[in-house]
Amino acid sequence: MKKLHDAHGATGIPDEKGEGHFHTKSDLPVPVGSDLFRADAYGKVTGRERYAADEYPAGLVYAGVVRSPHPHARILAIDTTGALACPGVIAVLTGGDIRGTNRTGLPEMDQPVLADTKVRFTGDPVVLVVAEDRELLRQAMAAVKVTYEPLPAVFDPDSALAKGAPVLHENRKEGNLLFSGVIAKGDADFAFSECAAVREGIFSLPRQEHAYLETETGVAKVDGDGVLEMIVSTQSPFRDSREIAAALGIPPEKVRVIAPYLGGAFGGKDGITVQGHLGLAALHSGGRPVKIWNSREESFVSSTKRHPGRVSLKLGCTKDGTLHALSCRLIFDTGAYAGLGGPVAVYGMGHAAGVYRVAHSRVEGMNVYTNNPPSGAFRGFGIPQVIAALEQVVDMLAESIGMDPLEFRLKNAIRVGDETGLGIRMSNSADIVTCLEKARDHPLWTGRDEWIRQAPDYKRRGVGIATGVLGIGYGPVIPDIASAKLELLTDGRFRIYAGVADMGQGNNSANIHIAGDVLCQSPDRFELVQPDTFRCLNSSSSAASRTTYSYGNALILAAGVLKERILDKVAQLHPLFRRENLILVPGAVRHTPDGSDIALHTIAEAMQEADRVATATWTAPVNRQQLAVAPDVKMYGFPHLAYTFTTHLTRVEIDEITGAVAVDAYLAWTDAGRIMNPHVYEQQIQGGVIQGMGYALWEDFRVTEGAVVTKNLSTYILPTSMDVPDILSVPVETYEESGPFGMKGVGEIGIVAALPCIANAVAGAIGFRVCDAPLTPERILTALRRAA
Amino acid sequence: MKIRCIVNGKQTDLETAPDRRVVDLLREDLGLCGTKEACGSGECGACTILVDGESRLSCLMIAAQLEGKEIVTIEGFSKEHLHPIQEAFIVHGAVQCGFCTPGMVLAAADLLKRNPAPDRHEIRRAISGNLCRCTGYQKIVDAIESLARVEEESDE
Repeated sequence: MKKLHDAHGATGIPDEKGEGHFHTKSDLPVPVGSDLFRADAYGKVTGRERYAADEYPAGLVYAGVVRSPHPHARILAIDTTGALACPGVIAVLTGGDIRGTNRTGLPEMDQPVLADTKVRFTGDPVVLVVAEDRELLRQAMAAVKVTYEPLPAVFDPDSALAKGAPVLHENRKEGNLLFSGVIAKGDADFAFSECAAVREGIFSLPRQEHAYLETETGVAKVDGDGVLEMIVSTQSPFRDSREIAAALGIPPEKVRVIAPYLGGAFGGKDGITVQGHLGLAALHSGGRPVKIWNSREESFVSSTKRHPGRVSLKLGCTKDGTLHALSCRLIFDTGAYAGLGGPVAVYGMGHAAGVYRVAHSRVEGMNVYTNNPPSGAFRGFGIPQVIAALEQVVDMLAESIGMDPLEFRLKNAIRVGDETGLGIRMSNSADIVTCLEKARDHPLWTGRDEWIRQAPDYKRRGVGIATGVLGIGYGPVIPDIASAKLELLTDGRFRIYAGVADMGQGNNSANIHIAGDVLCQSPDRFELVQPDTFRCLNSSSSAASRTTYSYGNALILAAGVLKERILDKVAQLHPLFRRENLILVPGAVRHTPDGSDIALHTIAEAMQEADRVATATWTAPVNRQQLAVAPDVKMYGFPHLAYTFTTHLTRVEIDEITGAVAVDAYLAWTDAGRIMNPHVYEQQIQGGVIQGMGYALWEDFRVTEGAVVTKNLSTYILPTSMDVPDILSVPVETYEESGPFGMKGVGEIGIVAALPCIANAVAGAIGFRVCDAPLTPERILTALRRAA
Repeated sequence: MKIRCIVNGKQTDLETAPDRRVVDLLREDLGLCGTKEACGSGECGACTILVDGESRLSCLMIAAQLEGKEIVTIEGFSKEHLHPIQEAFIVHGAVQCGFCTPGMVLAAADLLKRNPAPDRHEIRRAISGNLCRCTGYQKIVDAIESLARVEEESDE
């Protein structure tokens, strides 16, 4: 068993004082690259960590949202008199009570805090009620009367684009088309005629619900200085504060957003969830704090989902198996509001050639408004949908020309310096080749035929592979900037002001690892301040596999600045010490010629307060290749500069009687640059793969005529511990020049290849390809019948 | 109604509505927010507590059911030092967002009490009522398994 204080193992267990205070066997720093226990683990295993959901300030009142029962309707009248007459009611608010723009969203500001003239999905917020307690709130909400005139509605992108279709946002000249764009290289149409083999597939990808355990929640109040202060479960506190200010008509400097550790998010809290309602409620609660905590059902009905969509992908190769032509057409359903729909479509398009060199390509993408619940960011951000299609067609094409699917991939895989199928020059670290080679040589791959042959009665077995790729950061136009802030405290310890929210991935623990390495200090000498728009510096959202990548780079700079100031101060205090003979050691500065140490707290006390606080800003380098794409395609994130890569291998066993797919084994080889903290790296891969497995097999979010059918965790099936195998995750380390300590973000790459990997194994097992995900038992049984 | 029970080792007299949900009683009245709520309908296990040593879902219990019982929440699970299960969760990296963690730790305690040396399959079965959306469960199973092995070693 691993012990807490293994001499060579991980160190850094927080003690009873809580987060940021560590008991370590030694006072030694833990270098980046070795295991460091997460700083947040102690508070979380003891139940002491305070999430936004755990805030119950004195005088608390509750707010709730009355939502539309119609997918599309005009609001004729809202009668609040009954609700206002209910006992314990503090406020009943409508869109007319909002002084600001009453719009949130990014990049399109199209989502009302409360509906003004019409509703666009079943669940659209209409009336906000504030009451003394939850029971009185429920009664008052039931007394709100809204009269609607139902309007014709559209529930799929094709209908929404049809001539004469009802339009959701009348002010848009493009009608229901939110975004369309093209990425092309060469002449794909002609190139297909030069191919020896061409395969094509049309794949339907489902909605996926984030199902973070902590549903959307927060507490807000207006303090004596008129500042709207909010503690909320969010990935994007800085952006939120600006959006709240504009939507509610209050000065941005009067909005303070604090983002404690989140109980999960996965993209679903990248932007406004309850913030607009919380802020509005707090402005009308007479200074009392207001809480919103969505029920699971309300969360499922109102929150964004992974974009459902259809991906049609055609791929051709020459006689020797060289990929020659690619065409891909994706159409996503963004639901009633844009959310991050444009960027999601572009991220998908921008990864349509996967890890391959292809001579000619044409990728078309569209994202379309419908009267369905809104779609948005979800781990992978449009890429899992596209990779799901590509990697299945790659298998189909390999079969057509009689090549081993792994050798086929290896033959076409990009190396550093290559140009991808979309014309992107791979200038940075990229080692998909080693990932593939390791899969090729693994016993589960080399011994697959024998394992398949040994299938028991009434079982079918299959072994599948797939690759994946994911660009990190925001792309070439939207600046990916992080600003780190680090303080030397007068007791000689350090405080890191986190600029990026930690939704569970451990990025803020990584800050301690990074600063500790640069400053040569043990983890117990650090404490963390979670993002707070009044105390920390804007470092943008917790998203795009950029949290540690960007903030880590800024923190290295800030720590370097502080280090120099500390050494300068010692040189100034001790005129006989030569500056070049001074180094930082744990808890002190050492004068190396005589080994004398000057304690950090002594130095800190001698420093000016302003000098004890170091800040630094880092801006991510971007891909400066000039590719011929429209400005919005570029702005939404094409192309990226640095990419992560992965090869997955799985074997599945299918029950011929029930149609159930059991995943027997799963392996993932991943190039995410250098590994900063091995067990945190594994956490991200394992968690990502299992979420991908749920996406592939069980998670079937049903919406009928715009209304959510799967409203709870017994109808929307998440993977349980009994459904999934252990994952073998093997890093294929590279050194990414642009990353802190050579790392690349690893938060999303784990999910992108899971669906096609499993689908390829299933197709091999049953001799029929199921193109509609998830691969539910019903679909498998139907396919088995068709194959027979 | 008046309810007498022991909460985290302390004799506690509660004055509450008999049908008040235990999860609300713990979080709102007693300030024991380590007990999480994530579904409110017994589907996820985040609100797991120990009642007379056995794991129970506090979102499905009402206050009246606590009469005469001994309740342990995550706050009362460790005394002066971390419980070995909590320590194992930290060491094995079983914690990500942490919202399932208190329930998982207590579900593990229930298992290890019944079966001191479970294998991985038995561990997976025992925690199958506790959903985790972050970890994929593997490191949680690793953490619990590490304690099972210790038990085996000490038997030898």
